[in-house]
Amino acid sequence: MSGSAIKPRIEKVSLSDRLADKAPLLLVPALALAGLLAIGNPSTWLTLTVAGVAMGLMVFIMASGLTVVFGLMDVINFGHGAFVSVGAFVGFSILIWLGGWASAPSVFLNLAAVLVAILVAMTVTGLMGYAFERVIVMPVYGQHLKQILVTMGGLIVAQQLIYVFWGPDAIHVARPQSLQGSILLGNAAIEKYRLVAVGIGLVLFLVMRHILRSTRIGLLVRAGVENSEMVEALGYRVKRLFLLVFMAGSALAGLGGVMWGLYQETITAHMGSDIMVLVFIVVIIGGLGSVEGCFIGALLVGLLSNYTAFLEPKVALVSTIGLMVVILMWRPQGLYPVVKAK
Amino acid sequence: MTTPLLTLEGVHTHIGPYHILQGVDLVVPEGGVSVLLGRNGAGKSTTLRTVMGLWTASRGRISFGGREITRLDTPSISRSGIAFVPENMGIFTDLTVAENMTLAASRGGMDPKRLAWIQDLFPPIGTFWNSSAGTLSGGQKQMLAVSRAIIEPRQLILIDEPTKGLAPAIIKSMTDALRQLKETETTILLVEQNFAMASSIGDTVAIMDDGHIVHAGDMAELVADVDLQERLMGLSLEAHQ
Repeated sequence: MSGSAIKPRIEKVSLSDRLADKAPLLLVPALALAGLLAIGNPSTWLTLTVAGVAMGLMVFIMASGLTVVFGLMDVINFGHGAFVSVGAFVGFSILIWLGGWASAPSVFLNLAAVLVAILVAMTVTGLMGYAFERVIVMPVYGQHLKQILVTMGGLIVAQQLIYVFWGPDAIHVARPQSLQGSILLGNAAIEKYRLVAVGIGLVLFLVMRHILRSTRIGLLVRAGVENSEMVEALGYRVKRLFLLVFMAGSALAGLGGVMWGLYQETITAHMGSDIMVLVFIVVIIGGLGSVEGCFIGALLVGLLSNYTAFLEPKVALVSTIGLMVVILMWRPQGLYPVVKAK
Repeated sequence: MTTPLLTLEGVHTHIGPYHILQGVDLVVPEGGVSVLLGRNGAGKSTTLRTVMGLWTASRGRISFGGREITRLDTPSISRSGIAFVPENMGIFTDLTVAENMTLAASRGGMDPKRLAWIQDLFPPIGTFWNSSAGTLSGGQKQMLAVSRAIIEPRQLILIDEPTKGLAPAIIKSMTDALRQLKETETTILLVEQNFAMASSIGDTVAIMDDGHIVHAGDMAELVADVDLQERLMGLSLEAHQ
């Protein structure tokens, strides 16, 4: 073989193709710069940018699980919003239960209360994801229309259960004391909670990236997103991986629900289904199955929403849809699609 | 050579409304290369996929090493000692060559000696070890697909048309590599349409048509009998060369 070996060759990638591959990375700084030019006032711009990044990262937390679930399992889960709502309500209950910690004049106790609320909410929604996958999703693998119908049914059931346990009214959620108010950076007022949201969102992105890039389970997920059949042929039980990823995605939605509830300071049973429009836009912009694309898409959506809400409030209502249309005209598969080899 | 490693008895496979395999009887002896020939749509790939459990046999029995595997799921079949190189190669293009190989070494790390042997067999595997598999040429991807299947010792490798769409020089390299692989303890079940290539390495041959086996025997007999070639395949070996 060695004697007759063919000459190793790698297909050349043109400079324009390489630049096109990196181009989405420039979209976020480009949008921030455009925002600065349009807004004019650097302090206002900084306030809006932090708010946009915080909002984007909270949407990313909710969307990242959905995009991986779609990429790996080929499941369109319209019930994802149920985990957001349940996470928010469970988190609220824990914060009420830990009222002493949440209202204490101690940053440590306040953050501990939020952390406990997040962990409990993620555990509950993760277990709920287990039941959801086994009972609702598993019978309809490979049948997209049925998936849409049954997962929407699951969402409705979850919303009704929230009515049963927490009542039908919107509930006010008070942020822990040290997360209320703003800090001043020059003339820019930055809400403390938004900084926490940015921190959690960034840490989560880095952790997810590390898991996907540097661990065996991440390797399996990435391979499974591309060709789950071949992963099975290599001897791995993809169905177990599906379940694990579905539970992780549900837990992330629960985390997003706690964060979003504290951000909005009001929670309702249908808050999950309301935010799903933005979540789906982010997933589509990013490219189905792509965590990196989802991250960029979420930042774009967050920044654009805040800039347009300040500059032209009426346009803000359609700005994210417009962004999606423009991105899809440029890249019909989204920013970084993970192509399935089927 | 005569001990059967893989046996299919009256295997039927339905895919949706289509009845693809209509009673396949096939015996793959232990050791050497068994070739499955047939025109497009004869059911060759479906046979391999049914053995791997990627399609479930609706009737019949599949035995591997004396153990029935008809109803086992794909991971269990793979772990029992069967590797599969599908027609589309099944390369994970988003992963590097190293990551593709790591995943294939499902029982732990890669044996350095075996890896060195593979890199000698297929030099591009070493050359592009840290490159994205998506940037490899078609021939290199096929080499990676076969390398992945042999990174761990397997009793049986199912290879679906490894020369499809490849340039003659790469087909020769692939044939040489399969010939070397044949010298190991691994048994190969090769699906091919390239009769010239298949006849140069095959020990036994089965020919499929319309979802069942229409001929089975020694490759040497088929090569020597031009009339039989023309009757079974419509063309003789000379016409393939």
